Formats: sequence, structure tokens, C-alpha cells
Amino acid sequence: MTVSRFYSPQSIAEATAILRQQSGCQVLAGGTDLLVQMRNGVKQPEYIVDIKEIPGIRDVTLTNQGLTLGAAAPAQSVTERPDIAAAYPGLVEAIDMIGSTQIQGRCSVGGNLCNASPAADTVPALIAVGAVCHVVGGEGVRQVRVEDFNTGPGENCLKRDELLISLFIPRPGVGSADAYLRFTPRTEMDIAVVGAGVSLSLDPMGTVSAARVAIGAAAPTALLVEEAAAAIIGTTLEESALAALAAAAGAAASPISDKRGSAGYRTKVVGVMARRAAQIACDRAQQRQRRAH
Amino acid sequence: MRDAVTNRFKVIGTRSVRPDGIEKVTGQANYGADYSLPGMLWAKVLRSPHAHARITSIDLSAALAMPGVHAAITSDVFPDLKAGMEDSGEGEVDFHDLSCNVMARDKVLYHGHAVAAVAATSERIAEQALAAIKVDYEVLPHVVDIGVAMAADAPVLHQDMFTVGLAEPAAAPSNIASRSEISQGDLAAGFAQADIIVERSYRIPTAHQGYIEPHACVVSVNQDGQVDIWASSQGHFMVRDYTSKVLGVAVGSIKVTPAEIGGGFGGKTTVYLEPVAAALSARSGRPVKMVMTREEVFRATGPAAAGIVNVRIGARDDGKLTAMDSEVILDAGAYKGSPAATGARCMYAPYNCDNRRTVALDVVTNTAKTAAYRAPGAPQAHLGVECVLNEIADSLDIDPIDLRLLNAVDEGDRAFFGAKYRAIGLKQTLEAAKAHPNYHRPLANGQGRGVAVGFWFNFGLQSSATINVHEGGTVAVITGNPDIGGSRASMALMAAEALGVPLETIKPHIADTESVGYNDLTGGSRTTFASGWAVINAAEKIVESCRQRAAALWEVDVETVSWADGAAVCAGHDPLTLAQLAAKADVTGGPLTASASLNAKGAGPGFAVSLCDVSVDRDTGKVDIISFTALQDVGKAIHPGYVEGQMEGGAVQGIGWALNEEYIFDSQGRLENPGFLDYRMPVASDLPMIDTVIIECPNPGHPYGVRGVGEPPICAPMPAVTTAVNHAIGAHLTTLPLTPERVLAALDSL
Amino acid sequence: MAIHVTTSINAEPVEFLCEADDTLVHVLRDTLNLTGTKEGCSTGDCGACTIVLDGRLACSCLVLGVEAEGKSIETIEGVATPGALHAVQQSLLDHAGLQCGICTPGIVVAARALLERNADPSEEEVRYWLAGNLCRCTGYDKIIRAVLAAAQDLREAAS
Ligand code: FES
Ligand code: FES
Repeated sequence: MTVSRFYSPQSIAEATAILRQQSGCQVLAGGTDLLVQMRNGVKQPEYIVDIKEIPGIRDVTLTNQGLTLGAAAPAQSVTERPDIAAAYPGLVEAIDMIGSTQIQGRCSVGGNLCNASPAADTVPALIAVGAVCHVVGGEGVRQVRVEDFNTGPGENCLKRDELLISLFIPRPGVGSADAYLRFTPRTEMDIAVVGAGVSLSLDPMGTVSAARVAIGAAAPTALLVEEAAAAIIGTTLEESALAALAAAAGAAASPISDKRGSAGYRTKVVGVMARRAAQIACDRAQQRQRRAH
Repeated sequence: MRDAVTNRFKVIGTRSVRPDGIEKVTGQANYGADYSLPGMLWAKVLRSPHAHARITSIDLSAALAMPGVHAAITSDVFPDLKAGMEDSGEGEVDFHDLSCNVMARDKVLYHGHAVAAVAATSERIAEQALAAIKVDYEVLPHVVDIGVAMAADAPVLHQDMFTVGLAEPAAAPSNIASRSEISQGDLAAGFAQADIIVERSYRIPTAHQGYIEPHACVVSVNQDGQVDIWASSQGHFMVRDYTSKVLGVAVGSIKVTPAEIGGGFGGKTTVYLEPVAAALSARSGRPVKMVMTREEVFRATGPAAAGIVNVRIGARDDGKLTAMDSEVILDAGAYKGSPAATGARCMYAPYNCDNRRTVALDVVTNTAKTAAYRAPGAPQAHLGVECVLNEIADSLDIDPIDLRLLNAVDEGDRAFFGAKYRAIGLKQTLEAAKAHPNYHRPLANGQGRGVAVGFWFNFGLQSSATINVHEGGTVAVITGNPDIGGSRASMALMAAEALGVPLETIKPHIADTESVGYNDLTGGSRTTFASGWAVINAAEKIVESCRQRAAALWEVDVETVSWADGAAVCAGHDPLTLAQLAAKADVTGGPLTASASLNAKGAGPGFAVSLCDVSVDRDTGKVDIISFTALQDVGKAIHPGYVEGQMEGGAVQGIGWALNEEYIFDSQGRLENPGFLDYRMPVASDLPMIDTVIIECPNPGHPYGVRGVGEPPICAPMPAVTTAVNHAIGAHLTTLPLTPERVLAALDSL
Repeated sequence: MAIHVTTSINAEPVEFLCEADDTLVHVLRDTLNLTGTKEGCSTGDCGACTIVLDGRLACSCLVLGVEAEGKSIETIEGVATPGALHAVQQSLLDHAGLQCGICTPGIVVAARALLERNADPSEEEVRYWLAGNLCRCTGYDKIIRAVLAAAQDLREAAS
């Protein structure tokens, strides 16, 4: 089957109307996953709806409240902003990990999320920083937490006529910071074997007062692991806390064995990534505290 | 000018800008897929979805009925060639197998095996037409692993294949195509003299050459049967000859024009598409273009042989080797012809040892027919011997380079493969490695170092060259080997040297099969050696002719005329430059031109040494290369920049094969990683700078001392990396690639 | 049904027809005969097809032809000016930074984009920036050196 029509709607309403009227539509943002999937036959859409011309959908805005990422904003438009990297270092590292420089010029965080790969780098990082999706459809607007957005490999919660418009990430406090790490055999150009995103807050005494830990490529979707967060809340990330965190991350994992890694390896290494990410997030939070004083 | 030993070269050894460089940095150079002809059709190949199956029927009618489809074929259109090895000028080839690999007859032998092809007015229509072809298969049990393929109860690929080389004639068909054995001395006595014996078994995965340019060609067949081919390959004469065999048409009716080649490394030394495109062009009366997808490249071309290498070596306490016994089992893919015996002959070549034996087994599996990959068979074989030598050095507490120096071959020693070495640079290369600062860099915790030696024979074979001197003194140097990595630059340098003229006056060209004499493949590192030699000989004929013409103009005896700095010189006369003589060509006997051809003997063996330092992440098993040094005796570096480039590129390919590259098959025998995402070749950020050291021990068998460069660089990295990792973690990993998962498992089991 | 697209390629107005799912690399190479852009994988993994699309690098195998509508595209054919190679091109020649040369157009386009953003990149920055440009021949060494040297040449020319 070949694509019979290409739409380039100029407004959200026009886009959702097309999605509502036609079945067989596929939304196109950066296209860096979609074109590969069309090439290998995984997706065979009849209509393509390019959302990039919708006003505002490629905007990236940082305010005191937080960061708003337009769903089709190219990754590079985020990673080239030092102010965003300073506020959300872990998230920006995760965004920077999607593909090559060439991919970065096209791919979007929204697309990475909607594609719903269990191994998507930005998803655990987004979950860790508490990102919320702004979804618009024929029946109106709704907010979905990122951890609830994907429902399975390649599947998300969007209804046929719904569109992810933007993501909002609240601004971290003074004693808070995030980090994301993934494991790949190469330095670049690989899909995560496992990934872990951590955000945490330190109280003035240096004790972890809040934390969110998310893991990727370790289950059908990226997971928020509350037990892992609980393992470090109230601690100063001493060895036993980190070990408990790693164990909790591993326990939450239910990975598959495939060409990129066995379930056993993934389970083991997801804990390693989680504890290392927690340590980095903690170091960053301490730095912020010092700078604030 | 021929004084290789004293190194008195004028332009050879300089880092000149390559003559074809501008076209390549501006995008003007035409590679295989860049050719188009008016009225051209696009063709696509239908490939087997099964690893092993009998084809019960193929129905092309629905495809042929589609608008825009002009021709569709199966293997029926090709003559059924007689089985048996034939000397093709490129080594032995079984053209029955080659033809069946181009398009399956009766059975498909691997997932991706070509079954039928369609030519249509667009790629899109051709693809849609493939979907309309109906093929019925009877699926057969398959085997993709060489270890399993050798078992008595394994599915047999070829019912007519009986192992060749057994003491007793084989009673039943087998996947072992041949067994060959070479031995010297008394193994049992040698092992009895040993104070230490180390025995290990190594596994090497299938790897792909990984050239970035997919195979591509355009073919046009005229009404009179003339076949014109534009193709990217490692030898357009090979393309002509092989296509002629598969089609059953005379060599003389095929002309092949070489496209620029976007990498080959041995993988473009056979034909896949050209006979198919020709058959489709003949049927449609239109030119036909074919370009493989990356997935097709991975599934159906190349790859390099997987291997099992069993090694047992004995040594005395002082490090002297007393016995070496090995078995090299290499995967040929679907049709016989793995480089097992070649690899087996390479791995002992660096060493003296009185008692030794190799057994080489050539095994077929339900995977794509393998092709050469740089020094074919040698990296796999070296892995075993070099790693075991390192283990012996560790056990005896001898420096691994000292151990090798103690046993290294030198001039006058008889090589394991039979010949007596003339001047070779192995010891010099080992000494340079030992003296290199990288060998003395202190290692931190979690780091390890490995050293290994690699060997390749280097090839000579047939080459031709023509030189035309134009009015004004520019010189066209015409050869017939595709320029895969800068060989035009070395042809120009050698011609300039031999003629004594400025390099800028030389214009190297690679001519089609009608416009220059025959040339064997670009392969085995023979081009600079043999084609360069033909260029030197042609240049010397030009010099000779110039001296005669000058003598005639001056009315002196030719013996009084010499040639210096690009001019004829004679006492009492102003020198006549090449340009001046070219201007007077009409009155001195006509155009100034000369051709030379040869079947070059005297290729000089090449030795390389790799030094590698790694660090290992003990929590994840990930290996980082922190330092890599490639040292090699190249004879004479004609263009040092491109020599280093070969060494660096080969090193990185070896690193990739050692750490991450492998074919992964599913339970149905389907390749699971036919793309660059999951077939993990090294990317720029994976690597440090590769330090290179060029050793020049001139090859006495070549006028300029050239040996050949491209093969040894891939031989030593795998054992160097493997040893470095084993040293870093204190383990004895023997299965490649050394994926993080394998390394972590080894760490966990310590 | 073919779609009419109006775009700009190397600062020239260009129009073409393509199908909705034709890739830009296909349009460039097979429709417009701009064969300097190479296609090594069609899946965004090799970088041979690198172009600049509205100021950002992209793999032209992962862009649809129709997406070029109203955009500005730069390809390898537009990098050199008549009579003058770009510093990256010259440096690749001077440092033997290409062997077979099939990766070279993509490397040139990508490296030029780096140097436009970062006049003085470190070796590591060059390696990461070019991680999406596979080269199987060179082992990257001479490419990296060439880009670093080109950066220096450009800095010196600017000062
Ligand atoms: S062809 Fe586009 S990245 Fe390889
Ligand atoms: S020079 Fe051949 S791939 Fe880079």
C-alpha cells in the first residue's frame, strides 16, 4: 500500500478534523521513526498528517513555572539552549541521545513519546521530572502524565482524533536535579539496552526528601518505580541506599530477551544505571544548593 | 630511480593530494548508483523468506501483467552451468555455485537468496510487482551455525557434496566441503619437549565488510547482443568474466565501465546483480538499473566467514615454541569456498617451529555465501594462535613481544606455507612496538593491554597499464583496477617517479575493459604492487622511446643519451624535456605511448603488530578502547597518508569485529540485524586516535620495494583486543564479539 | 497521485513532482539528478545522505519529498563555490581524509554545519557531532584531524 495523500494542517482544529474524518491516518512530526517504519512495512498509513505547520507546535518555552515543549519541536532546538540544560540536565541529556546530529535536527520529544518504544530515551527522563502531556482531540483537552501515556510497545493512549500538542515540565526547586543514563554497546547511534532517569530533591541537610525513578527498555513501557524512589528517600545516598535502589529497579524490571540484550543482563544493568543516575542527580542537586547559598 | 634500498625517491613517499579528490569532496564522482541511462528501467529482486527450502513453483504471470512491468525472470533464463572448480584468473571459482547464488535453482539456501527479479518503469512498480510473484516453497530444516552444521545429523545443504580431502572417500553427503591438512615435523615429540602447553577453542562470528555503498549497476543489452555494464566493483574485468559465464555469452561481447567504488574490502569481488540486470535488459530491450538496499546487502552479500579455531601450542620455559597444532573451521555460507586453508597458512607464518600441523575445514551453512574481507581467513585464524601465545607469555612471565621475537621468522627462514622468506620486516616491526611509548604507558586498575601479530602474503597477479604522453607534456596513466582507497594517487606518484616529471603533469585514469589490457581484481593488496609495477614498466618504455627520439633528433648514438629529471640529456645538447619530445612526436615516429602488462611475481609478505589498551566497566561489561597502535612493514609507503589510512581503517574494522559486530540469527535462520542500527560498526565517538607506525623494509621483489598494505591491518586487532580485555578482567574469554553481556558474565563467573 | 512541490535547493528555486511517500533523497538523486548526496542505508543510520534543511542537518532518507515544500535545502553540490573548495573539503584532501569517498559528501555537509556553530570544537566534540556519519574505510582518524585543521584554518582566515 502506498500513501495516497499528504496533509499539512495549519491548525489544531484542522488536524483533529482530518484525524476524525479519515481512518488510516498517521501523524508525522520529525519522521525519524515513522519513515523507517514505513520503509520496513511496520507502518503502512494511507494518509500522512504532518503537524509541523501547526502554529506553536515547534515552540520551546522556558518560564519560572516550567518548560513547555511543543510536540514537534526538533530535539536540537531544546539541546542548543543552555538555559534549558541548566534547569533540566538529565532530560536534556536524554533528548541529546536520540540518534545522530542529523536525527536531532528533525526528531522531537513528542514523537519519541508517541512512538512508544519501550527503549525511548526521553520517556524515563520525562517521567522522572514529572512531565505532563497536553492532549487535544475532538472531545476537548486533557492532561496525561507521561507515565500513563504509553500503554504498550508501539501503543499510546491517544484516541484516533487526538493529538499530543505539548509537554509541560515543572521547574525544579533549588535542591532538586535530574539525571538520565542509558546503556548502549556503542557511544552513539544505538537503542538503549536499558535506561534510567532519576530526579531527586535534597533537604538543607543533604537528605533526599523526594525522588522519582523511572526505567526504560526494562518492561513493555517505561516505568515509574516507586519502590526505587522509596529506597533513597530519607537517605543521603549511602551505599546501602544505592544498593536498595538498584535492587528495586531490577525487581521492577520485566524485560524481554532480544538481539539487544538478555532479560538477565537488562535486569542487572538497569540497577547499575539507576544508581549511577541517582548519584549524578544528587551531585547536581548539591551543586545547586551550594550555588543558591 | 630504481634505488629502493637507499630510498632516493623524489615524489614517492610524499603526501600529495589525490588526483580524484576534488570530484569526491564535491559530490561529482559517480559511484555505482549514480549512473542513469535514457529509457532506463528499475529492477528489484525477490528474495527467499526461508533459510532453506525447495522451490516447488514460481509464477511470474501476475507480475508480468502489471502496467509498467517490462520483464520478469527466474534462474530458468541462465544456462545450467557444470559444477566444478575453474580457474577464473581470480582464483578458483565454481560457476555452477556462482550462478545458483545469483539466482536460486531448485532450492533456496539462505534467507535473502535471490529467487526472481522484475524490471519496471519505476522502483515502486518493480517492488509492487515482486509482491505479485507467487512462489511455493517446501520448507526444509536449516542450519546456520558451523558447529551444528558439522554434526552427523545436521540438515545437509547439498546432497552432492562429499567431503574432499579425507583419507577414505566420504560415504555420505556432508556440509563439510573439504578438509585439508599441512604438517611438519613430529607433533607428539614437540609437545613432549614442551614445559607448558596451552589449548583453547575460539569462536568468531559472521561479520560484514560494511562498505557504505550498496551494490549497484546499470546494464544495457543491445539488439546485437552487445552488453554494456556500468558497475561498482573491485574488478570490472571480474564483472565481465563472471557475467559472461553466468549469461553464457562471450567475454568479447561484454564491456564493463567501472564506477567509483564506495568501499569493498573484499566484498565486491563477485557478481550479484549484473547478470540479472543483463537478462532483464535483454528481455525488455531497455537499460536496467539495480541498486541493493542495505538490508539486501546484509542478507545476501559478503559476509566474512564465521569460525571455530582450536589451537594447542607447546613451549619451553625459555619461550621457544616446540609444537603448534590447530584446526581452522570456517563458514563458507551456502556454497563451498571459505578461506579456512588460507587462514591456516597465515597464522603460523610469523613463527618458526619445527613441529606443527593445521587442519582446515570448509563448512557450508544456510547463510549468505561468504566473500573475502581483507586478508580472508587470516583474522579468524590469527585470533587463536595470537591469544594462545599471549597466554603462554603470561604463564612463563615473558614479555609477549619478547616471546614473539624469540620465535619470529626472518630472512632465509622457510615459511610454514612453503616459500623461503626474502627480506621481511617482522622483527623490525616487533622492535618498534616494544620501543613505542604506548607500550610503556602505565595501566590503571580495570585496564588491560594486548599485543598481537598479523600476516598476509600479498598478491601479484596480472596487471596492465598504458601511458599516453600528450602534447604539452601531460601524461595520461591508464590502468584497470578500481580505485578503492587512493590507488590513483599511488599510480600517479610511481609514474611521476619513473618519468622524472612533476606529479601535477600526471593524470591517472581507470579505463573500461575494452580500453586497457586485462587486470585481475583489486584485492589481496595487489594494486599498488602489481598495477604500479605495470605503470613503472610502461613509464620506462616511454623513457626508452624518448631517448631514442632525442638521439635521432640530435643525430647521436642512443647510448650517449640519458634520462634525468624528466628530460633527455646528452653532452653538447640542450636537454629535451618530455613536453618538448611530445611536441615533436609527429616527426620522431608518431605518438608517444607505451603499454606494459605483467603477471607479477615476488609479492613481499607483510607483517603487522597491534598494541591495544582497553578499560572495562566492571558493572556493565562495556569495553572502551583507550589506546590503539598499529605498526606494519609496508615495504615502501608510496603515499604515506593512504598507507596510514589503510592501517587505521583496518584497525577499526578489527576492533568492531572484536567488540560488537556479529550476525544474529533467529530460530528460523533469519538475520535479525540487517541494518547499521543493530549491526554495530564503530562510530567516530567510539574510538581514540589510532597511532600508526610505518616500517619500511623494502620488498626486494618490487622495483620500488612495495609490499601491499591493505590486508595485515585487520589481522592483529582481534587478538590484541581480546587479550587486552582478558588482561583487564583476569578472564579467558574465547568467544567473540566481546559484548558487554559476555564480558559481564565472565566477570560474574570469576 | 503526484504532488507538486516548490522548494529551494542551494539557493535556487526548484519545483518537482513526487509521490506522498517518496523520500527526499530519492527526489534529489533520481528526480533532480543531484547524485552527490549518497544513500547508504535509507534508515538514518549512516549519514551518507546528510543535507541541511532550513538550517538544520537532516538525513534526507528520513525526510519526505513533500516536506520540502517552502523550505530551503542545502546539499553537497552547493558547498564549494566556483573555483574555491570549502575549508573542510580542502582539509579532507590535504589530510587524506577520504579513501573510497562515498561517506565524504555527508561528512562535508555535517562538518561544515559543526564549524558554523562551533569555530573551535574539541576532538571529542567533532567525534560526537560526526557519530552519525559512518565511514568504514578510514577508521575516522584522518577525518577528525581534517575537521580540526579546517576549523583552525577558518579561525585563522577570520582573524
Ligand atoms: S542513507 Fe540516510 S542515513 Fe543512511
Ligand atoms: S572513505 Fe570509504 S566510507 Fe568513508
